[in-house]
Amino acid sequence: MTRPNADIVVIGGSSGSIPVLIKILDGIPAGFSIPVVIVVHRLKNVDSDLKAILGSRHTITEPEDKEPVLNGHIYLAPQNYHLLVEEDRTFSLDYSELINFSRPSIDVTFAGVADIYKERSIGIVLSGSNKDGAEGLQAIIAAGGMGVVQDPLSAEYTIMPEAAIAMNTAAMVLTPSNIITTIFSIPGNRQTM
Amino acid sequence: MMREITNEELTELLILVQAQYGYDFTGYATSSIKRRVLRFLQLANVTLYDLKYHITNDPDFFIWFKQSLTVNVTEMFRDPHFYRKLREVVIPVLATYPVIKIWHAGCATGEEPFSMAILLHEAGLLDRARIYATDLNDANLQKAATGIIPLPAMKHYIANYQMTGGTADFADYYTARYDNAIIHNELRRNIIFSQHNLVTDYVFNEFQLICCRNVLIYFNRDLQNHVTDLFCRSMAPLGFLALGTKESLLFSEQRNKFEVVSLKDKIFRLKNDQAKC
Ligand SMILES: C[S@@+](CC[C@H](N)C(=O)[O-])C[C@H]1O[C@@H](n2cnc3c(N)ncnc32)[C@H](O)[C@@H]1O
Repeated sequence: MTRPNADIVVIGGSSGSIPVLIKILDGIPAGFSIPVVIVVHRLKNVDSDLKAILGSRHTITEPEDKEPVLNGHIYLAPQNYHLLVEEDRTFSLDYSELINFSRPSIDVTFAGVADIYKERSIGIVLSGSNKDGAEGLQAIIAAGGMGVVQDPLSAEYTIMPEAAIAMNTAAMVLTPSNIITTIFSIPGNRQTM
Repeated sequence: MMREITNEELTELLILVQAQYGYDFTGYATSSIKRRVLRFLQLANVTLYDLKYHITNDPDFFIWFKQSLTVNVTEMFRDPHFYRKLREVVIPVLATYPVIKIWHAGCATGEEPFSMAILLHEAGLLDRARIYATDLNDANLQKAATGIIPLPAMKHYIANYQMTGGTADFADYYTARYDNAIIHNELRRNIIFSQHNLVTDYVFNEFQLICCRNVLIYFNRDLQNHVTDLFCRSMAPLGFLALGTKESLLFSEQRNKFEVVSLKDKIFRLKNDQAKC
């Protein structure tokens, strides 16, 4: 399967997704140049060192409002805000109602990215025990982007990936290792700049 | 359920609102205002076409719409660390002024100015302080004026308060009645709630501290610059500006006019040579 170049990868995870995220981040090659945006559900005031946990090999930043979305950067949605992207490719934060009992919500970021990056977006839904992410992935696929779901057989919690698959028959279902080889080694995504 | 509206449809709607009612939302951050509109369509169970029809013909419907467009979530002592910094760094400076003037721009339902009043009270400064608390949204202001906060929320604010370094008995600051807490009158006496639209209204006083937290995130960059400029012009020499924890002056045109007091707590101070920018 050949894919056109993408301009952004968004990854959403909940319970059981941290080990998978660490594995994926470890597998991202140094020359991988498009922005990666991670949205993980966290308990209030817990895991506040998530940035450090995930960032052993890469620098991970929690974007501030109106910060530009830059190539080669890995971003983590800050706790307690929804993370959105504007037309001029800057981040916007939003402290509105919880969506799917979550803030940040994966659906919100995925739908926002789909709106701006359209067919040049890739969305990945990982392990979790809530249905957040399914609708967002639908928005990405509807916009012509690529939808990927962690194979539930490889997931610690299956509700989230199963919900995403149920709503998105066009999504690719991959194990974490295959996510790395399929998404993070697309030649077009490695262009150095 | 309506899943999408285009940027053109959004702009058309916001221009209709502006033309008919004078409220200008066109400078709000597109991504989040779009979500607000979509959410309202769902809530009101109407199509975009119906929405425009009702807005044109029914002012009460417009009030409801306007109220739902803004995000009104707030807390007392939200981000306790920020309030601790106010106690340690800003309040001692404010104490040197004979009359202390503070502006809470976008005060929502008042929890933030109430928190400020408690800090000033504990520093023995409340009597010579004037706290101007403004918002766009009348329903918020009406609620703020009652001084009433639901009791369950208050329980959570006690923990926040203690994390700010507060050592008083928080329960002394309010009277519990059924499911509500009423903030004591003495604490609210010097707070003036009034309507002010940051987009279209002007400078109305001069302040040594302006708190505008979690409001600018809803504005696009141009509007953020416009509002930051309004703050500059509303500030006493060497005045302080406090923003929300995820808001930054870094991306604003006025960044050079301020020095950083606390990067983490987003407290800035107008530079000496910038008196009256
Ligand atoms: C999320 S609340 C922030 C409340 C409080 N400052 C805090 O941080 O907890 C945002 C507030 O900004 C107000 N707001 C939005 N647009 C405004 C405008 N143009 N002028 C004044 N207030 C505005 C809203 O009505 C809402 O009450």
